[in-house]
Amino acid sequence: MAVAPPASTTMNNVEAVRTTLYEALKSDERTLILGEDVGARGNVFLITKGFIDEFGPERIIDTPLAEASIVGVAIGMAMEGLRPIAEIQFADFIYPAFNQIVGEAAKTRYRSNGDYSCPLVIRTPYGGGVRGALSHSVSIEALFYHVPGLKIVAPSFPADMKGLLNAAIDDPDPVLFLEHKKTYRLVKGEVPAGHYTIPIGKAEVKHAGDLLTVVSYGLYVHQAIEAAKRLAGDGISVEVIDLRSIRPMDRTTILASVRKTRKLLIVHEDNKFGGIGAEISAMVVEDAFFDLDAPIRRLCGPDVPAMGYAATLEEEFMISTDRMAEAMRDLVAF
Amino acid sequence: MTITMPQLGETVTEGTVSQWLKKPGDRIEKYESFVEVSTDKVNAEVPSPVSGVLREIICKEGETVATGAPIAVIDEAGAEASAAPVAAAPSAAAAVSVPAAPAVASNGASRGPSGTPNAAELLRRMSPAVRRLAREHQVDLGNVKGTGKGGRITASDVLAAASEGPAAATAASIMHEAVRERAVTAAPANAPAPAGSGRSTYAAPVPGTLVPLSPARKIIAQRMVESLATAPHAWTMVEVDVTNLWAWRAKAKDRFQAEKGYPLTLLPFFISAVVASLKRHPLLNARFTNDGIYVEKQYNIGIAVGMESNLVVPVIRDADGLSVAGLAVAAGKLVEKARSGKLGPDDLSGGTFTVNNTGANGSILSKPIINAGQAAIVTMEAVVKRPVVIGDAIAIRSMMNVCLSLDHRVIDGTASNAFLSQLKGHLEKMGPAGDL
Repeated sequence: MAVAPPASTTMNNVEAVRTTLYEALKSDERTLILGEDVGARGNVFLITKGFIDEFGPERIIDTPLAEASIVGVAIGMAMEGLRPIAEIQFADFIYPAFNQIVGEAAKTRYRSNGDYSCPLVIRTPYGGGVRGALSHSVSIEALFYHVPGLKIVAPSFPADMKGLLNAAIDDPDPVLFLEHKKTYRLVKGEVPAGHYTIPIGKAEVKHAGDLLTVVSYGLYVHQAIEAAKRLAGDGISVEVIDLRSIRPMDRTTILASVRKTRKLLIVHEDNKFGGIGAEISAMVVEDAFFDLDAPIRRLCGPDVPAMGYAATLEEEFMISTDRMAEAMRDLVAF
Repeated sequence: MTITMPQLGETVTEGTVSQWLKKPGDRIEKYESFVEVSTDKVNAEVPSPVSGVLREIICKEGETVATGAPIAVIDEAGAEASAAPVAAAPSAAAAVSVPAAPAVASNGASRGPSGTPNAAELLRRMSPAVRRLAREHQVDLGNVKGTGKGGRITASDVLAAASEGPAAATAASIMHEAVRERAVTAAPANAPAPAGSGRSTYAAPVPGTLVPLSPARKIIAQRMVESLATAPHAWTMVEVDVTNLWAWRAKAKDRFQAEKGYPLTLLPFFISAVVASLKRHPLLNARFTNDGIYVEKQYNIGIAVGMESNLVVPVIRDADGLSVAGLAVAAGKLVEKARSGKLGPDDLSGGTFTVNNTGANGSILSKPIINAGQAAIVTMEAVVKRPVVIGDAIAIRSMMNVCLSLDHRVIDGTASNAFLSQLKGHLEKMGPAGDL
């Protein structure tokens, strides 16, 4: 059965990822996908539905429930010239693969003195707000962003999904590709046809403003933009930066914006302590201390072990657009 | 506002007021602890949800009431508290682990920066941007009206004041002094310098002391300037393997000292090799004159002797007539005389070439200035054990750098390098089998 990519250029994030993977499989025989339920089931979000029929079980590999093996096997494939795209079904399941990712993939180039690289992409859906409870809601970026040798991207617009996934596949080193599952079907946008890349490590100003810089990524970028639009209605001008790449991090864009607005709010779903916001905050204080006109604020998930299943607990964990707007208003008024 | 008994934990249904930290009439700031409450699980200070004045204590110390029951009434200050929660309800965990922490909601302290000063403090405290802009634009912060929270002066306020012109930029106020003081004591090296106010933020420099020029110092200064001004200096260096020479000297030095009364250093070996090399390359034992290059017939080798605040170059005359042992004795005598200040004019004149034992002070590389009126000067640097490739093997060898400055009017690199190769060859051939 031939699987045609959606004809329309307006796509949601699922379609953007699916299209990009399809085009990669079509254009480069070295690419292959391996993971749990990626074959017969076509991925739990139907991202790879039908791929196994077109590309066969040697390139669309259903693996056992063994994440260390998924990544470990993919590392071997990558080192020997293939372009594996490994999938961890939910980010919550990535822990068994931690050693393979941190101990092996990230160090391959360094350990072999450049003789080997590890052109591996590890895709995984992360994030909450979908009643996924303890084992289907986690944010894992802070566990990995401490690791040199590993790139981490977390786009949340369809066009960015495609451009950055292409960049990740082309990249000669391992890339952890995070997809916020709540944005999968919620977010739609225009996606250019054909192969293009967006450089890893470049943030983007998604909403321009003068009085406050908001840095976010993932689902919350969309809410932050919505909150900024509300504030714009009241004549309050807020700039929203979509980080897109977590490591390497785009210092230039962040610092330029903070130097302009003099105030910084960081919003992320992952919990606050030791999170991405801590690094951004430290970086801004190191490099733009004399431009700051207010304490840096972080609006983050609570320091609790997991997202509860109960709707009330999940609501308490997630940051509403109202709370973001309130925090922005508060910091602008400071 | 009526304050109720907070719920300090999920299963907790009542609490006991263990101590009031404020009494009726006291001013309470938002987030300030005002009462201590204990339950069967925890003992916690409870922060106030609002700023205001404590009007009434309803629940006395020692009394136990259900959670949600009124314990006090606070008269709120201004309209600030309109959106504040009624119950003083910090998360139990936060209140217990950090009793003095403000009640920053249960949601991981993400609803308010806990370091934010209260309204009164905000009037006094200036953000880094405000301080910098005030300094750059010479704005007197005492005259700026704040439009930020609690009347805080914002960066925009400073810029607005600066654009209003000199009326806002008057003489320094106490605030301004404080800013300046911080700039001096705390600013990192890359902090912006104060804009051209003509007023330094730094104290006057502490004056140094002036050391008068001794006659020797004056002569040294004059000769150095003369040499560098007249002779175009070129510089080159070779590495010499002195392992065998070093062994020779080590083997012979104790006996030599005992017999002759002078130390056997590397210097006499070096001078001996220098003289042999000069004989093959006489243009280095020469000097430049306007009529031509004057080549010396004598080999009078100056040896630089450094002392605390002086440098003298006594001369070993007719060094070509002396053995290594003879050179050692001659050099020893001259150094002795130099150190005791007994050098006469004859000891210091007539030099045709100079050797400088810079290695004695640990130097491994130096760029000497030619003794004016000569063609070149050579240094012997410190002997250092280094890994050296010999054939295809690596060996540990005693190595010495030899540096040469030459008067480029007299000779060129080809001649000087030929001289250095010769010198290197002589030195490397010297070994324990040799004759002192």
